[in-house]
Amino acid sequence: MEELTAKQLRDKIASGQIKSLDAVNDVFSRIEKYEPVIGAYISTFKEQAIEQAEQVDKKVSAGEPLGQLAGVPIAVKDNMCTTFGATTCASKILENFHAPYNATAVEKLIAADAVIIGKTNLDEFAMGSSTENSGLKKTVNPWDTTRVPGGSSGGATASVAARMCSAALGSDTGGSIRQPASFCGVVGLKPTYGRVSRYGLVAYGSSLDQIGPVTQTVEDAALMLNVIAGHDSSDSTSVNETIAPTYDYLEKLNEPVEKLKIAVAPQLNAGADQQVQNTLHEAINIYKNLGAEIIEVKMPHLDYAIAAYYIIATAEASSNLARYDGVHYGHRTQNPKDYVEVYSKSRAEAFGQEVKRRIMLGTYALSSGYYDAYYLKALKVRNLIRSDFTKAFEKCDCVMMPVAPTTAFKIGEKTSDPLQMYLSDIYTIAANLAGIPGISIPCGFDDKDLPIGLQILSPAFTEDKLLRIAKMYEKENNWYDKRPNI
Amino acid sequence: MADLQYKIIVGLEIHVQLRTKSKMFCSCALEFGAEPNSRVCPVCLGMPGSLPVMNKQAFEYSVLAGLALNCNIPMFTKWDRKSYYYPDLPKNYQISQYDLPLSEKGFIEIPLESGETKRIRIIRAHLEEDAGKNVHSASSYSQVDLNRTGTPLLEIVTEPDMNSGAEVRALAVELQRLVRFIGVSEADMQKGHMRFEPNINMKIIRNGKEYRTPIAEVKNLNSFRALERSVTYEAQRQLSEFLETGIEFGMGNKTTRGWDDEKEMTVLQREKEEAHDYRYFPDPDLVPVELTQEWLDEIKSRLCELPLKKQLRYVQEYNLSDYDAGVLTADRATADFFDEVVNAGGDPKRVCNLLTQTGLKITKEKNCNITDLPVTPKGMADLAKMVDEGTISASSATTIFEAMVQTGKQPDVLASELNLVQKSDAGELESIVDQVIAENSEAVADVISGGKKEKKARGFLMGQVMQKSKGQANPKVVSEILAKKLK
Repeated sequence: MEELTAKQLRDKIASGQIKSLDAVNDVFSRIEKYEPVIGAYISTFKEQAIEQAEQVDKKVSAGEPLGQLAGVPIAVKDNMCTTFGATTCASKILENFHAPYNATAVEKLIAADAVIIGKTNLDEFAMGSSTENSGLKKTVNPWDTTRVPGGSSGGATASVAARMCSAALGSDTGGSIRQPASFCGVVGLKPTYGRVSRYGLVAYGSSLDQIGPVTQTVEDAALMLNVIAGHDSSDSTSVNETIAPTYDYLEKLNEPVEKLKIAVAPQLNAGADQQVQNTLHEAINIYKNLGAEIIEVKMPHLDYAIAAYYIIATAEASSNLARYDGVHYGHRTQNPKDYVEVYSKSRAEAFGQEVKRRIMLGTYALSSGYYDAYYLKALKVRNLIRSDFTKAFEKCDCVMMPVAPTTAFKIGEKTSDPLQMYLSDIYTIAANLAGIPGISIPCGFDDKDLPIGLQILSPAFTEDKLLRIAKMYEKENNWYDKRPNI
Repeated sequence: MADLQYKIIVGLEIHVQLRTKSKMFCSCALEFGAEPNSRVCPVCLGMPGSLPVMNKQAFEYSVLAGLALNCNIPMFTKWDRKSYYYPDLPKNYQISQYDLPLSEKGFIEIPLESGETKRIRIIRAHLEEDAGKNVHSASSYSQVDLNRTGTPLLEIVTEPDMNSGAEVRALAVELQRLVRFIGVSEADMQKGHMRFEPNINMKIIRNGKEYRTPIAEVKNLNSFRALERSVTYEAQRQLSEFLETGIEFGMGNKTTRGWDDEKEMTVLQREKEEAHDYRYFPDPDLVPVELTQEWLDEIKSRLCELPLKKQLRYVQEYNLSDYDAGVLTADRATADFFDEVVNAGGDPKRVCNLLTQTGLKITKEKNCNITDLPVTPKGMADLAKMVDEGTISASSATTIFEAMVQTGKQPDVLASELNLVQKSDAGELESIVDQVIAENSEAVADVISGGKKEKKARGFLMGQVMQKSKGQANPKVVSEILAKKLK
């Protein structure tokens, strides 16, 4: 059953060929087998999942209408609120936090008859590129268990790669879906900012955060986006459909984009590992053979993306994470001498190193006397990066580049050098700053048999086209058929 | 003795709670006195993952208030986060407006005791969310009630244009009337709907040299009385402090003080203005608000003649007393009703008397607006006209007004039903007068002789006529007949 994509499984469940209950039991038997090695999940909900599956099976036999994800086992990154289980953000400060509501994206999954089987590990509050910053557990890469799965949605991508779920929801603030998708050999889509409601997604960098699917195939990504996209009156930054309509992303998925024009920025790609560069080159050649025109563009301001990102994201984070203070919920220190100590000790005790580092950075960037030099300047850079993309998209349909400069690195390799770690997001961050959609699809393996991803970026709210472009490549290759040998 | 002149200088920050049904960024009800933490939701509790959504009504009310305060209304405004840690602030930041407030550079006219008005400049008015309340107990912990969290507050900041406690009070009272008048706030002091923070210092000229005393900010005053007294007290205190120590205004020597209502004095809260760094930055969860001309025009159309202007007009055009004009303009419903009655032909003075002496007594008893009574402006104007035309007496008008409130009937109908139509027919009244003259020769003599007793005797004869007519004689006509007959 693990051979089936989410879409195939859904169709077989809907036609009665497979029972959802069997699919869910199958997934849980895989979790029992592989989870002790992989460590993808912070929590699982077997009983609830079985109940949900049985309900879907009942619907099937009663001939009732079925949701688009009927009976399909789905995992959710543990920074999205759920009324069931805890919502921890992989942080000790929220270890026992039970949200009183579901994130809108989770609600939409449930409404589409998906079976939510568990919540996946992440870097604490989604801050990191390897999932090593989780305050609760360690996740390894299914392709090589001595290596990181990438991050911050490392639990989600590892669980899809190990087929411990059919698909998952991740979140992407600076590459947190695309980079781990690339490391784990799965598909990761970061939609346009505003395409998917952020309501119930625990905020890290509010102007950058976006929920998106982690899947086995491009088709599954389209299916998941069908379910989660759309305006939400609870999220002021989610875009109204009159301004940018959503589509049935599956509908024209198999139609190639005609007269496809692809842009590459050679000077950017030069920083990547040679094998990554070669693989990218081969992927682009495939498009060329399909009739695409390749042009070169200069995106001069992308060099400053990391600097701008680590000011904007940390500034927002320093404010977003101020609420975890031990007063209203979450970890509270024992025997504080006054209310100030409730704050300082609770936070000192429960936040991890990287979270503290980013809170400090962001607080500094917003402080009076530094605001103009840092935060304001970062916003200006952000605008320049946006216009780099706008100019590029005047000449092409999409920009292609690596997802990450390397394949999955060794556990512990970069933990002592945060700046090296930050550099693993060099290719993904720009899309968040510009608010545009980006997808990572498997496009080959390096000499250590580690997956490499191809990143495709397209203009805001053109996920329909982006998915079609990705699908063109996927049809020519069967990378997704290759499975990790755990 | 040194030559000493001084002047008190006061600027005000005022927080006005808007009268929206729900909170600023969520749909929780605004309710005073509810069970602690019963009017809360994930958004106003600042739960992880929750997001604010702007209350459009609160924004429109604020723009309306900005317009009434003669402010510029920029077409683009945005939300900022103001960061500080306090247990009554669940997110540890307050959503407020920093560098682009929704209104700025206005003024308000306030009435002075002299009968003149004074213009106080408004620096800005912006919208923000209120915090909750810390409830301190005698034990080693405090409790937090978050019902108030997220309540929409309009913060109004004036220039330091006031120069006495009385002026500060006049501004506060006028602002209360204004926000009630335009319907954006109940401005109920008891419920904390208006809170004041005056910034006070003194300009002192001694032997031709000018000095300024350090600024004191008095926090969180919620009555007009405390506001006025704290300002007056501060003036005295700062003056004596200056004379004693000579300390002048300088960087960082602003103090924060509280008002002790029992001792009637301000008390020091913070010695030096702490270097607050609120780390303001634009709230990424909220989109900026862009006004369109149509939207602004629509809000503008809800504006009306403002109460102070109306009050002055009533005094000048209608010759009403300042007091009566003030009563009529205390709230919008009464003022609008009064205007409509006058437009329907009621004599302003007559209508004013009926309204202030009878109408508002009834609305106070019933705790309602004048417009809630089943009395139309037209009916009220007719009633006033009936008095002026002598159809009914002034005292009958009160009776008829009360009956109108009870029955909803028209005044002329009620006048006949209640037998209150005056007899004005000269022929009929003349025979009654003749009869009275014939029966009271002594009083008649007193009137004709014109001595000390004349006034009393004339009154007596009038009374007799009224009695014989069962109170229905028109006193004006009767006195004319009497005057003619007793020349």
